[in-house]
Formats: sequence, C-alpha cells, structure tokens
Amino acid sequence: MATIAREDQITRPTYQEITRDITATLGRPSRGYYVLLGFVLVVLAIGAAALLYQIRFGLGVAGYTPPVMWGVYITTFVFWVGIAHSGTLISAILYLFRSAWRTSVYRTAEAMTVFAVMTAGLFPVIHVGRLWYAYWLFPYPNQRQLWVNFKSPLLWDVFAVSTYFTVSTLFLIVGLVPDLAAVREKATGWRRKLYEITSLGWRGTDQQWRHYTRAYLYLAALAAPLVLSVHSVVSWDFAMSIVPGWHATIFAPYFVAGAIYSGVAMVVTLLVPLRKVFRVQRYITVEHFENLAKLLLLTGLIVGYAYAVEYFMAWYSGSPYERAAFWNRAFGDYWWATWTMILCNGVLPLILFFRKVRQSIPALFVLSLFVNLGMWFERFVIIVVSLSFEYEPYAMGHYTPSWVEWAILAGSFAWFFMWFLLFAKNFPTVSITEVKEIIPMPRKQRAHS
Amino acid sequence: MSTMTGGVLASYRFVDAASGAIRTLKAEGIRDFTVYTPVPNVEIAQAVGHRVSPVRLWTLLGGLLGCASGFALTLWMSFDWPLVVGGKPIGSVIPYVVIAFELTILFGAGATILGLIFHSWRNRQMGAYEGRFTDDHIGIFVRCPTERRAEVEALLRAAGAEEVRVES
Repeated sequence: MATIAREDQITRPTYQEITRDITATLGRPSRGYYVLLGFVLVVLAIGAAALLYQIRFGLGVAGYTPPVMWGVYITTFVFWVGIAHSGTLISAILYLFRSAWRTSVYRTAEAMTVFAVMTAGLFPVIHVGRLWYAYWLFPYPNQRQLWVNFKSPLLWDVFAVSTYFTVSTLFLIVGLVPDLAAVREKATGWRRKLYEITSLGWRGTDQQWRHYTRAYLYLAALAAPLVLSVHSVVSWDFAMSIVPGWHATIFAPYFVAGAIYSGVAMVVTLLVPLRKVFRVQRYITVEHFENLAKLLLLTGLIVGYAYAVEYFMAWYSGSPYERAAFWNRAFGDYWWATWTMILCNGVLPLILFFRKVRQSIPALFVLSLFVNLGMWFERFVIIVVSLSFEYEPYAMGHYTPSWVEWAILAGSFAWFFMWFLLFAKNFPTVSITEVKEIIPMPRKQRAHS
Repeated sequence: MSTMTGGVLASYRFVDAASGAIRTLKAEGIRDFTVYTPVPNVEIAQAVGHRVSPVRLWTLLGGLLGCASGFALTLWMSFDWPLVVGGKPIGSVIPYVVIAFELTILFGAGATILGLIFHSWRNRQMGAYEGRFTDDHIGIFVRCPTERRAEVEALLRAAGAEEVRVES
C-alpha cells in the first residue's frame, strides 16, 4: 500500500477518529441486525430444504426440458461470478491506478467478491446433481487411470474460479491484517481474542511494512489480470460451442464488462444501507457514490453496445440460424426476459448521464436493484433462450424453472447475505489503514505554523 | 533479529519529527531500532532506508513455477491417457495456456504470501510496543545496552518525542 496523497477526499478526520468510528461499527449488534440475520437464515433454510429435496428425488425435480439442460443453476452461477468481479476491480485494478476514492469502499467490495465466489461455486455442483462426486472435477490419481479433459472450457472454469476464490480470499485477508491490529487494541472480551489471533502479531514495524507493501502490490498485480481472465473463461463455456447466440468472439469482453457492471451495482446495493446503519457517512460520501455511478455508466454503455453488436452481427453474418436465434430472443417465447434485460441494463442506466441522478443515493440504490435484476436476466437470455432454440425445429423446447430452482436461487441470495452480515459485524467493512493513508500524517512544521 | 529486548521507547505524533529522529539515530551510528507506524509512510521508509523487499523474487519464482506446472500437468495427463477429443491433438498447447495462466497466478499469489510470512518472521523485531502505534502515533524503539540508554533517551527527546521511556 504505497501512500496515496489526496487531501480533499474526505472531511479530514484524525487518525484517532478513523479508528474510533470504524471500530464502532463492530459493537454489539442491534435488534434489527438479528431480525435481518434471522430472515436471511429462514430463506437459506428454505433453499437448503429445496436442495435436499432435489438430492433425494434427483435432478428431475428441476425444470430441465430437452434441449434446455442448463437453466437457473448455470444462469445463477454466471450471475454470482459476475457479481464478484467489481470487488477485484475496485480493490486491485483501481489500487494499481492509485485511485484514492477506492479506499473507503474497497473492503466491502472485496468481501463481496469472496462471498459471491463462494455462492457461485455452489451452482455447478448443484447443477450436476450428484454433489458427492464434485471432486471428479479436479484431476486426481484414480483406479481407472483417467484424467480430466483439459481441452474443455468447463475444466478451465474449475481452475479459473478456484484460483479466483483463493487469490481473492488471500487479498482480503492480507488487507485486513493491519486493520485487525488497530481494532485489537480497542476490543474487549472474545473479540479481542479473535483480533489477537487474526491480526497475526501485526505491530506495523518498519520491516513488516517493508514486506507488506510489496506483497500487497504484487497481489494486486496478479489479481488484475486474473479478474479479466475469469469471466473470459466463463464466457468461453458458451462461446466455444456452436450454439447460435453463443458462438461469438465478442463474448469475453462482453462478459467481463457485464460482470463489472453487475458487481458495481451490487456494491451500491450493499453500501447504501451499510453507510447508514454503521453511520460511516463521513467516510463513504456522495462523491464515492458518484464515482461508482460513473463506473456503472461506463460498463453499462459497453454492455448496451455489446447487445447492439450481437444483433448487428446476427443480421450482418447472413446466417439464417443466427438471425432466427436473435429474432427469437426479441419476439419468441421469452421476449419478456429479453426486454427486461434491455430495459434494466441498456436503457435505465442512461439516466446516469444526469449528475443529479449520480449524486442521489436513493436513485442509485433503486437503479442498482434494476441492474442486478437485468443482469440475472441477461444470463438467463443467453443460456436458456439460446438452448431452447438451437438447431432443428423438432428438437426445440420450452423451459420453465421449477419451484425447487427458484427456492435454491433465493437460498443463494440468503447464503451470500448471511456471510456478508456476519463479516460486517465482526470485521471492519471500511479499511482503517487505507482511509488513514489518504490523509497525510501530521507534521510538526505545519502544526507550529 | 536482535536478541536484546531492553532499550528506549519513544512515541511521536509528527512524522517529520520521527523521521528526523531516525536520521539522527543513524548519524550517531545506532542502527538496531524498530519503527512502528499506523500506516506505511514514504518519509519514514526513506529515513529507515531499507532495500526493496525480496518478496518480489518469491512472486516471480512462484509465477514461473505455476506456469511450468500448468503446462507439465496438462501435457503429462494428456499423454498418460491419450484420448482424441474433438479432433484435437493429444497435447494441445493452446487450450492448456488457460490452465497454465491460472496456475501462474495461483502459485505467484501463494508464493507472495509465503515470502511475506517468511521475511516478516525472519526480520521480526522484538521489543517494547504500545497499542497507539497502530492508531495515531509513531513509535521508535532503540535496542541498546544500559550504559547507552541515557544518551539515546536524550537524543530521542531532542528530536521532538512526545514521550520517552526506558524499557529493561
């Protein structure tokens, strides 16, 4: 963490105030917190019950109908991997660009990344039905002397997503260590014990900072290309096949932009209530939201452009199959999904061109919910609608998700929010060290003058 | 790592005073000291004058090992179970680039963490410490024998220390 000097970023609290204000977010949870956590656990229990039901009775309870054998589970997998991406963008890529505004929001985004990948990782396993054989995805010596197929994009995904989870978690933990040392000194009881263990003996010595700052820089440098590769690999799950609507070279950048877009929307969704509940408005200001809104606008425009290019290429290719696939998307059985996607992702974010909207936190919150919805539908349209209309007309089919799939989808949101709620009350969601870093240390000369 | 744990501990509120104290200590030939700061600071780092951390070498070697492992793993397993898939050669290097890339990142990050832990442990600095050094104060702990402590204490005070105490 090299020093980033930008004095006008926040209203200049002292170092002591920063530690005090952020440590205060870790105090005794309110009744509202427990109510929210309880609600999340109930939804999670419903999702878990639906999963157990599917395990007991088999994948037939999902709504799969040939030829649509990838449905809500794969849609949700792609959705959650996408959500993860903006965390790494904010924590690693903006760090490498020395963007000072990220310091107040990156911890929330980074934690979101880890929990979103944890959620995403469940879905390929749920999708394959027999969860207990999930280890078949990894190459391991076995009695049949066979190995996994490294030429398959699905296996690339295994390596990409597991690497992404590992590196994101390491990055989050490394960033937390100096903060936990600061919190350790203020905490009492079991929390003090927790922070004593998790701060790994950190004291902020010159030698520790010497190695830490370099390690953090290299982790950021490794995480930056990783984040671009992960959603590219996810996009190749589709683009490498010859299904009309999937087989496109634009998929990698299209998916990466979409991922960052949905992730930034989720960061906004999380930050709006967080700053109010934890009373950290002094650190997460309207300027932070405006910057996030600009990121939303930029990535939203790229996504909107990609939608247009997809349709243009379908027409320009001269391929009747591509044209039919895209005509079906807009006017076929699933027209409502396509138009929801276009409205939420392509049209509504255009209001971000107005500064008043970018600076209105309630407006951004509502918009972020629409973008989240739209991005889930984008994956639904790409996956389900393309599969339902592939190849020969006699083989086409209609897929309707079953209650089991909807329950597991709801459970995935509960799983994600459960981890986030537990994290937010036990670990600093605003980085103490990095917020301090953008405020120059007091100088004797200045104080005396 | 120094085995001597006794010395003089000074705390500073101002960064220029602390960096001045470090320069004075070095000018006096005192090099066995630890500086505590709540955040990394360029001025302090320059005054202390460490060389660049060797963690970067760990990152490089980890990345190279990961890349080599990625290609070795995929090629060896492909030839160990030679089944033609999709009409592609048994050892298809291009698709294996993805695996090699991911393992480059994974091993590079893992090695970086190992390097961080190893060098932080190897250069661990024992001695007096106060909780406020992770909050808003800069601490300097100078390890020195009893007979030099008065001299060091005076030196640290003269440099603008807010508080100085002798630790036995």
